[in-house]
Amino acid sequence: MNIKTFDSRPVALPIKKIVKENETTNTYVFEYFLGSKPGQFVMMWIPGVDEKPFSVAFDDGNEFWLTICNVGGSTAELFKMKEGDKVGIRGPFGTAYEFADGDHLALVAGGYGAAPMYNVASEAVKKDCKVEFMVGARNKDLLLYTHKVLGLGSNVNLHISTDDGSAGFKGYITQVLEDLLKKEKIDKVFTCGPEVMMQAVGGVANAQGVDCYLSMEKYMKCGIGVCGQCAIDDTGVLACKDGPVMNYADVKDLPEFGKYHRDSVGKKKHFN
Amino acid sequence: MANLKIKFCDVGFENPTVLASGILGVTASSLKKVVKDGAGGVTTKSIWLEEHKGHSNPTMLGTENYFINAVGLSDAGIEKASAETFPEYLDGKSPPGRDLRPAPIIASIVASSIDDFGELAEKIEKCGPDIVEVNISCPNVEDEFGKPFACVADDAVAVTKLVKGKISSVPVIVKLSPNVESIGEIAKACADAGADGFCAVNTYGPGMVIDVDMRMPVLKNKVGGVSGPGIKPLAVKAVYDVFKATGLPIIGTGGVLSGEDAIEMMMAGARLVGMGTMVYYRGSEGFGEVVREMDEWCEKNGVKNIEEIIGIIK
Repeated sequence: MNIKTFDSRPVALPIKKIVKENETTNTYVFEYFLGSKPGQFVMMWIPGVDEKPFSVAFDDGNEFWLTICNVGGSTAELFKMKEGDKVGIRGPFGTAYEFADGDHLALVAGGYGAAPMYNVASEAVKKDCKVEFMVGARNKDLLLYTHKVLGLGSNVNLHISTDDGSAGFKGYITQVLEDLLKKEKIDKVFTCGPEVMMQAVGGVANAQGVDCYLSMEKYMKCGIGVCGQCAIDDTGVLACKDGPVMNYADVKDLPEFGKYHRDSVGKKKHFN
Repeated sequence: MANLKIKFCDVGFENPTVLASGILGVTASSLKKVVKDGAGGVTTKSIWLEEHKGHSNPTMLGTENYFINAVGLSDAGIEKASAETFPEYLDGKSPPGRDLRPAPIIASIVASSIDDFGELAEKIEKCGPDIVEVNISCPNVEDEFGKPFACVADDAVAVTKLVKGKISSVPVIVKLSPNVESIGEIAKACADAGADGFCAVNTYGPGMVIDVDMRMPVLKNKVGGVSGPGIKPLAVKAVYDVFKATGLPIIGTGGVLSGEDAIEMMMAGARLVGMGTMVYYRGSEGFGEVVREMDEWCEKNGVKNIEEIIGIIK
């Protein structure tokens, strides 16, 4: 038997820098070798408050970033913290978005999903990939990471959609994706955002014969495959360990996909 | 291939491994996956009469030597278990086209008052579990509820009598606490009160892990129950004591990670072997691996029927 040595105690890290992304969203920068791959997540312990999972938005081996929206509760406490204050980090955990050198990728982000998609883009350009970065939001003020994406170089094309037409295409990003897939040869579609949006993205991609990988967002309690809070119906696979990144083709027919998730005590909460 | 089948209180198990309560037991899908991965039976997360929030994170962490948790028994309550978990588990258990008796499901129940256990017992029996496990030994809700019932013989006896008085169709086992002066005495008292068997043991402690950089305990609850490799010798001894004191069937639980660990637990007196923290080290696939390792050990040692080794340590 080979029991892997595994220490899941958190590492205390000072917040090196806090960057304000928009009215409700900050990026927290940590100087630390995390060794994550795009799509993986960490558990962030806000001392005395709570511990929550967050996708990694950037990791170059010297520093990593977590882009976090203040949705109240424990994130409100995080937003009171200052540079130099310490949080605890465990991870990286879970599966990653996998791609090959030179792939032509379409990255489709909804809302805060732009952060992990940026992580993919920043790694992909290092591997000579061509990247179509597609980000949708309700309005232009909620668009994230668009300026940073433009800084990644000429191998990255930015596509924007807003529900109200205040920037880019007026409508859903899935429409922009569909038009693109009909025009260009794309090797893989990666998406991160609300589950119902990812469901639509996966449907568009598969209809055009392109594989789509998405990031399952379920209530994760432990992050280490033990508690079972993030088990997905009806296969029982764990979003924290078998995911978060999963193939759309593997999840599209699961009874809970796009329909509900579970709360902290395990009760179903339907999307609507 | 050795015969690994076990009868526990007349309930048939395909092999002696059982998912311990509190791990991967939130939904029927999750429990079914554990069976698919090789477990002989599963135990639900402890079920309350009403919804129970549990503690905030951090609730668990591990090292190669130990694991500690203070989940605090979060659960949606008996209504969800009865409407969803049990019907879904019991419906889908048999492979299509085969009329097999499904892998047994053990319903773990928990309450903060002795009276609540009575009402809960009536409701859980209607859900159709194969065995009811009475959890009176969780060490990480002491701030809320005081000393666990399993640490006071009179309380343990009162709960056992009450639940046994309500449930007649399935066996009732008591999950014991190791955090007592004499686990044998408590077990004997529960046996005299009608317990059909035991799950031994719940986690140790509570213990505490301090982050020295943060200068504070890591667990939000400050303290939590200790499990994992480090407690195995203690758990083996506890199972030995309970078996000596009562001779009743025991689900031996505590620090079992491998087939040889499971064999050791059975030699001490366990009929079934519970595993929870093992999932942290080996994933739920670990159940199938442990069963294979048990079979290999039996082959190598000329054991044809696993029953031969139960309680052989005198």
